[in-house]
Amino acid sequence: MIKTGAEIIWECLERLEVEQVFGYPGGAILPAYDAMTKYNVHHVLVRHEQGATHMADGYARASGKVGVALATSGPGATNMVTGIATAMMDSSPIVCITGQVGSKLIGSDAFQETDITGITLPITKHNYLVTRADEIAPSLREAFQIAAGGRPGPVLVDITKDAQNGKCEFDWNAAAPKTRRREPVHFIEPHELSEALDLINSARRPVILAGHGIILSGALAEVLEFAERASTPVALTLLGIGAFPASHPLCLGMMGMHGEAWVNKAIQEADLLLAFGMRFDDRVTGNLKTYASAAKKIHIEIDPAEINKNVHVDVPLIGDLREVLQHLLPDVERKNRSAWLDQIESSKQDSAVRDIQNLPDNGHLYAAHVIQDLWHQTGGNAVVVTDVGQHQMWEAQYYHHEKPRTLITSGGLGTMGFALPAAIGAKFARPDAEVWVIAGDGGFQMTMSELATVVQEKIEVKIAIINNGFLGMVRQWQEFFYDGRYSSTPLLSPDFAKIADAFGIPGYTVRTRNNVVPTIDAARRHSGPALINFQVGQEDSVFPMVPAGADLDAMIRRPSVLVERTSDV
Amino acid sequence: MSEQLRQHTFVLYVEDQPGVLNRVASLFRRRAYNIESLAVGHTERPGVSRMTIVSLISEGAAQRVEANLYKLVNVLSVEDVTFIPNIARSLALIKVQLLEDSRRELLEIIGVFRARVVDLGPDSLISEITGTEDKIQALVEVLRPFGILEMVRTGQVAMSRGVKRLTNEDSRTRETLVLEQAASQSV
Repeated sequence: MIKTGAEIIWECLERLEVEQVFGYPGGAILPAYDAMTKYNVHHVLVRHEQGATHMADGYARASGKVGVALATSGPGATNMVTGIATAMMDSSPIVCITGQVGSKLIGSDAFQETDITGITLPITKHNYLVTRADEIAPSLREAFQIAAGGRPGPVLVDITKDAQNGKCEFDWNAAAPKTRRREPVHFIEPHELSEALDLINSARRPVILAGHGIILSGALAEVLEFAERASTPVALTLLGIGAFPASHPLCLGMMGMHGEAWVNKAIQEADLLLAFGMRFDDRVTGNLKTYASAAKKIHIEIDPAEINKNVHVDVPLIGDLREVLQHLLPDVERKNRSAWLDQIESSKQDSAVRDIQNLPDNGHLYAAHVIQDLWHQTGGNAVVVTDVGQHQMWEAQYYHHEKPRTLITSGGLGTMGFALPAAIGAKFARPDAEVWVIAGDGGFQMTMSELATVVQEKIEVKIAIINNGFLGMVRQWQEFFYDGRYSSTPLLSPDFAKIADAFGIPGYTVRTRNNVVPTIDAARRHSGPALINFQVGQEDSVFPMVPAGADLDAMIRRPSVLVERTSDV
Repeated sequence: MSEQLRQHTFVLYVEDQPGVLNRVASLFRRRAYNIESLAVGHTERPGVSRMTIVSLISEGAAQRVEANLYKLVNVLSVEDVTFIPNIARSLALIKVQLLEDSRRELLEIIGVFRARVVDLGPDSLISEITGTEDKIQALVEVLRPFGILEMVRTGQVAMSRGVKRLTNEDSRTRETLVLEQAASQSV
């Protein structure tokens, strides 16, 4: 069957079961947009190409399937860079298709020409420059395979205008990905398994470090069984949230820079760390020299490049987490480690007293209260998509996630502006789910133009803006580490409720605690998108906090003065 | 993780396609590791090129580079042959100034090094030498006083000894390889 390159793009996307693409048209991608009308793939018109990549990313994270973004050459392609880097850092499978100037014009500084394969080389798993129609189908099929395979990530396919216009025989089967090489075959040798099992069965104070890899490999049941069988408490990374039920007695909560003190203390006191699909990021280890120095470490990881990268491990087991755990589980002994669990439990007491959620309502609106109420009102069942900063950490602390893929957040790259577009993508993946955006006043303004996409596409997302009038996390660092010099962190914002109104979205403003729950309920009752601007305390900080590079158990705790100050008022 | 630097030699089989060299080099560039020498050429397999890359890096860095190189889609196999018994050679062309009284001595030196004279003119000669980096460097040092006009050196190429083809299925540990290397040197 003879088809144009542009038609082949959509033939492939249809056969790859892509339901929608997020994109923005332009000169070099015009042939593809023209052919699109003949195919059954829904196109979501974004307001900025960065939004398209975040939507594809949000879709991928909420569904586990590959998300697709589409843009033109030059500025269309360069606008995608932040979204691609975000997906790369958080192992999210997306395929970005960009138009490119005609192949004869490449290298001539033609209008809207940019070397996007060169630009995205270090932030993609792989990318393609396609200059002929007959290369489109094989490239796209392989791109999807690479994006979703092994450790997932972004792949970019740059297709010249003449390749889109060219005609060739379309043969789906002939375009099947060739096996270029053996996938890394890592034989886990019996002696490695037995070394791991010896450590596991003889450990007195083990802790599981649960990462994103559990969700990506679908190893939730195995991790749960492992933890219960071996009475091993579970600490979560930010992207590991949802990989283990928050309400489970063995769940400690988030570890690291803004993890609760008892979590980090347990890690520092452990005699065995079981790293499941996590990568010992500097945000979870603190000072590497003093990190869990008494503990042996077992690292189960699909990406060999992560082994011994930051932390030296005693037993690396390279492979798909679920498969490796299935090998280990039959020989993991049932143990009662109540002494260790009691020890951790006793160290919780002190922290709980300082906990902000126990503070009385004295007129000061805490973001933490807002998020806790949101958790309560949504029954913990919402898909929450956060932006980056203080509200993101409060979400991780106060919204308790029971299920995987219910917290979607930019962890590795820390991309402000992620939340709103990623939530749009997540809603496409989970149309029946209640989807909430939690964003700060800073990050929301980076991509709030996508409110128009929300309206045009009739996307029912609810938006909670945690508005403190500052770039809060940077302000917090300035307070703690730069003698309180608030350089460029005070932030003027528009009236977000009126902004919402201008888009035809109901907008609410909440300034007091007693209005939080009624307004959340009103937004939830409204069928369609809604936005709430929570005007919270300006200079609240996220506690506890491990300063960058400090020892993991050297935390800045919730100050008792905070308790006194607020109870005086 | 040792921070001690050592010359590591990586041998890669890669797809013979545009941009592959850039992808490989970029992994070194990103980490600010200098590539000391690089040689690329065809192999016995059509469509497959072979690269030999020498870089002065720590042991930990070498392990990460190897793991990350293997993640590149166009890289078919990669091996750090530093600790594997191997033959490593490079080639140099050295153009030396000819003065009336130096010709005889120059030819003697070139003979001693088992290098060859590939061009002889009235004012200069070009010597071709193949060997280890050390041997070439030794010849360069001896020729320098005569006046080196121009020099070009290929990157180092390396091949492991014996019938074993380079694969990633090497089950021997680095430690045993060091032992084997020590044993082969002692023979």
